[in-house]
Amino acid sequence: MRGEPSVLTPSQVGQYIKSFMDRDRVLSGLLVRGEISNYKMYPSGHHYFTLKDGEGALRCVMFRGDAASLRFRPQNGMQVIAAGRVTVFPRDGQYQLYCVRLTPEGAGDLHVAFEQLKEKLLREGLFDQSHKKPIPRFPRTIALVTSPAGAAVRDMLRILGARWPMAQIKVLPVRVQGEGAADEIAAAIRWANWKQVADLIITGRGGGSMEDLWAFNEETVARAIYDSEIPVISAVGHEPDVTIADFVADLRAATPSNAAELAVPDQNEVWSALLHDRERLRGGMVYRLSQCRRRLDRAAKSRAMTEPAAYFQNKRLLLDYQSRRLVHGLDRTVSAQKERLARLAASLDAMSPLKVLGRGYAIARKENGTILSSVKDAAPGEPFTLRLSDGTLNCRTEEGGT
Amino acid sequence: MATKKKLDFEGSMARLEEIVSLLERGDAPLEQAMTLFEEGAKLLRECTSQLDQAEQKVTLLTAGEDGQPVEEPFQGES
Repeated sequence: MRGEPSVLTPSQVGQYIKSFMDRDRVLSGLLVRGEISNYKMYPSGHHYFTLKDGEGALRCVMFRGDAASLRFRPQNGMQVIAAGRVTVFPRDGQYQLYCVRLTPEGAGDLHVAFEQLKEKLLREGLFDQSHKKPIPRFPRTIALVTSPAGAAVRDMLRILGARWPMAQIKVLPVRVQGEGAADEIAAAIRWANWKQVADLIITGRGGGSMEDLWAFNEETVARAIYDSEIPVISAVGHEPDVTIADFVADLRAATPSNAAELAVPDQNEVWSALLHDRERLRGGMVYRLSQCRRRLDRAAKSRAMTEPAAYFQNKRLLLDYQSRRLVHGLDRTVSAQKERLARLAASLDAMSPLKVLGRGYAIARKENGTILSSVKDAAPGEPFTLRLSDGTLNCRTEEGGT
Repeated sequence: MATKKKLDFEGSMARLEEIVSLLERGDAPLEQAMTLFEEGAKLLRECTSQLDQAEQKVTLLTAGEDGQPVEEPFQGES
C-alpha cells in the first residue's frame, strides 16, 4: 500500500528483515575471515564471539553440537575463518553469524598434513606396540634432546635431580621450532645412538601452538625415533597436545616434567624398599635359624639322647625276646617233623612185604628170578623157588596148575 | 687374580630381590641360607651407599667437527 508508511511492531520488522536474509543466497552460506574477540563459552556449551577486521564487527554464535568438531581452542586475537549463515534474531534485533565450522587461518593445512602423515606412518607400522622398547628401571645416563634454554629443560633437570641423582644427564641442544628444527632433532637422536651416549633419551619441548610444536610432527623426527635402539620418551607440550613423535615413542609423557617422573624412580621410594628388604633378609634368617634350633631341641630331648642306657636296654630286651621266640619256634618245627616221620615209618612198616610173609604168604620165582604169579607160567616138572619168611625152598611143579 | 665384575645398580637390586625371596621361602639348606644372607647384606650395603653418594652431573654434549662427542658442564639458562 503506497503513500502512508505502515505502523509495525519491532518483532514484525525483525521478521521482515529475517525473511529477506534467509532468502539471500550469499547470506545463507558464507565464509568470513576475521580476528576473534570477546570470546566466551557458556555452561550450555554454546560459544559466543565477535569477528572483527578493524573496520567492522560481526557477532557469531557456535552451538554446542557444531562446537564439538573444534580441533583447537579458539582464543581472542586468533585469525580464523568461520563458515555458516547470517541471519537475524528478531527477539533482540541482532544479526549474527551462526557458525558451523571454525578453522584457524593457515592451520587448516597443518591439520590435514598431520592426519595424512599419521595415517601413512600408522599403516607402515611405526606406531606398533610390539616395536616399543621397555624403559630401563634405573637409567645410568639420560640424554635430553631439547632446547638448552627455556622452562622445559629446567623443569626436567630439577625433577631428575631431585628424584634420581644417580643418573648422569647429557643435554643435546637442538632448536625445537622453526625451519630446520626437525632435522636437528632427528640428527641428535641418530647421533646419540651412533655414539651410544645414553641408555635413555627424552626429547620434547614446552607448550605452544600447533605451528610451534610442528617439528615433532615431521616425518624425519618420527623415523629417527623409530630407528633409535635407545628407548625414547616423548615429552611435547601440554596434556592435550599430541604429536606424531608421541605415537612413535617408546613411552609418551604428557609434559617434560611428566617425562622426568616416568624416566627415573623416586630415590626415597627406593630407599624405603631397601630398608624393607633389610627387614625381610633379617626376618628370613631369623626364621630359618629358629627352625633349625627347634629341630635340634627335639632331637636333644629324645629318649635316645637323654637316657641312652635305658633306651639300649629296651632294645636288648626286645632282641632277646625275639631270639627266644625264634629258637622255640625252631624246636617245635623239628618235633613236629619228627612225629610225622615216625608216623610215616610206621605206616610203611605195616606194608612191608616181610611182615606179609610172616602171615604165611610166600613169593614164587622161576629159575631165572622172575615172579611166578600165574599157574599158567609153571610147566609140569619145571623147577621154581618159594621164599618163606625165614628162608627159600627149592621146588618142582608136579602137575599142571588148576 | 681376576676380579668379579661388579653388578650395576639395576643388577644389584634384581639379585637382592631374588635373594630375599629365596630366603623367605625357607627351604634352603642352612649353609646355603647363610651364604645367601651374606651376599644379600653385602648387596644391601652397596645399593644404599650408591644411593647415598649419588651426585648428578649435567653436561652439554655436542658433536665436534669430526663427529666426536664434545662435553662441557651445562650452564642452566633461565
